[in-house]
Amino acid sequence: MAAKCSKCGAMLLPPRLLCTKCFSTDFEWVKLSGRGKLLSYTVIHVSPPQFESMAPYTVGIVELEDGPHLPSIIRGVEPEKIRVGMTLMVDFDTSMPSQWPVWPRYFFRPP
Amino acid sequence: MLWWEDGLVRKPLVSIVSAGLSKFGRRDGVYGRELFTEAAREAFEKCPNLDPVKDIEALFVGHMGESYEHQGHTGPTLSDWAGLLPKPAMRLESACASSGAALRCGIFAILSGMHKVVMVGGVEKMTHRTTPEVTEFLAMASDFPFEQWHGITFPGLYALMATAHMHRYGTTEEQMAMVAVKNHHNGALNPKAHMQKEVRLEEALSSRVIAWPLKLYDCSLITDGASCLILTRPELAKKFTDTPVHIIGSGQASDAIGLYERNELTTLRAGKLAGKEAYKMAGVRPQDLDVAEAHDCFTIAEIIAYEDLGFCRPGKGGSLVEKGITTLEGKIPVNTSGGLKSKGHPVGATGTAQAYEIYLQLTGQAGRRQVSEAEVGLTHNVGGSGATATVHIYRRG
Repeated sequence: MAAKCSKCGAMLLPPRLLCTKCFSTDFEWVKLSGRGKLLSYTVIHVSPPQFESMAPYTVGIVELEDGPHLPSIIRGVEPEKIRVGMTLMVDFDTSMPSQWPVWPRYFFRPP
Repeated sequence: MLWWEDGLVRKPLVSIVSAGLSKFGRRDGVYGRELFTEAAREAFEKCPNLDPVKDIEALFVGHMGESYEHQGHTGPTLSDWAGLLPKPAMRLESACASSGAALRCGIFAILSGMHKVVMVGGVEKMTHRTTPEVTEFLAMASDFPFEQWHGITFPGLYALMATAHMHRYGTTEEQMAMVAVKNHHNGALNPKAHMQKEVRLEEALSSRVIAWPLKLYDCSLITDGASCLILTRPELAKKFTDTPVHIIGSGQASDAIGLYERNELTTLRAGKLAGKEAYKMAGVRPQDLDVAEAHDCFTIAEIIAYEDLGFCRPGKGGSLVEKGITTLEGKIPVNTSGGLKSKGHPVGATGTAQAYEIYLQLTGQAGRRQVSEAEVGLTHNVGGSGATATVHIYRRG
């Protein structure tokens, strides 16, 4: 879900109170397809304490079809097979609890 | 119209009359406040005409992480240890650009007319914590909900930029490693650097991967250190020293904290804008510079800095270092101090540490790394993955 500015159509994820393009405060919720293409990636070997059991893990930034960019961990594909520009889907890890201020844990995987 | 746009002869914003730097490195058993005192003492000792207690009116210090020593409220702490109580003291936080921001605030303080002499500086004490802890604390300069939450570390963020730069411009891992080789060569000539050891290209390329494609030698060091400068109005400089260094341009800009929210991954917009503002204010172009300290938190960051600061066109940063243009003997020596790579990166201290190096260069005190006849210098200090950038331009007094 993203916030779409009612005045200029900008898609904001994360949703904000002030449109970054036209300063409007008028938004509507829009459901996104969850598909996007990979802008860049890396394989993290040295991680913070909470992620040590997962290291090495791949993270990337995906440009969603609808516009916004999102970063996350990439699962389901080996690092050697990853290519800038490949198509990935957003998916959610419901096995991990989440509570504000943290977001539900999402990740990317091949479609 | 801003006052420096009237086409008249540029006058300096402020003058640096003295500067100090602690030994950078693993300083076991030494508190951050002690490191700052070390830097302050050097600045005081080198400026006998200055009476610190009487003359210094305010202190602005950069310090990024309260977590390391579980210590915030750094302003008065350092003011106290530098012998400056009860003068007002403020802590600036802009991640790795904390002391670049402190320097800019010192400039504001003097230009406003509110103060005649101020001290600016920075400190960070990091090496007593474990690497995973430091990784976590440093990551606080990135976006919590989308970057920290997914375990994207700082090397990870710059690695994302590196992959994008390699993909878009064909920059190679070898070119990035050449930045490391150059900076370690310079650091080996700097008695205060954390690492004073040359590194061979093959060594850098085969070092262990931190966040692909960035390897150990692509990453700056976790270091303890402190730095400071004493600033005054240009017309008062000669009271304190015969060899002032004038700051003739200052620029600062911001960008989205999340790398994912930026329009491009291969450039730092804040760096470009800060550079433009500083160049305009100083009446200086990139080709007029004799020496520069650019923010090499990771080797790719220095390559991107060349492009953002106009040393070369976008995408040509890799070939600039490959051609040797930014070595000590090159046309525009960059990071003669050894940079964050080899001198070290005690985060809060880095901005004013870069200024300390330029101050040494422009006063002929840079020893074996002296750039001959250096007259005009630049410092480029970036916070986080580019959400803050400060650029300052200096001219020999």
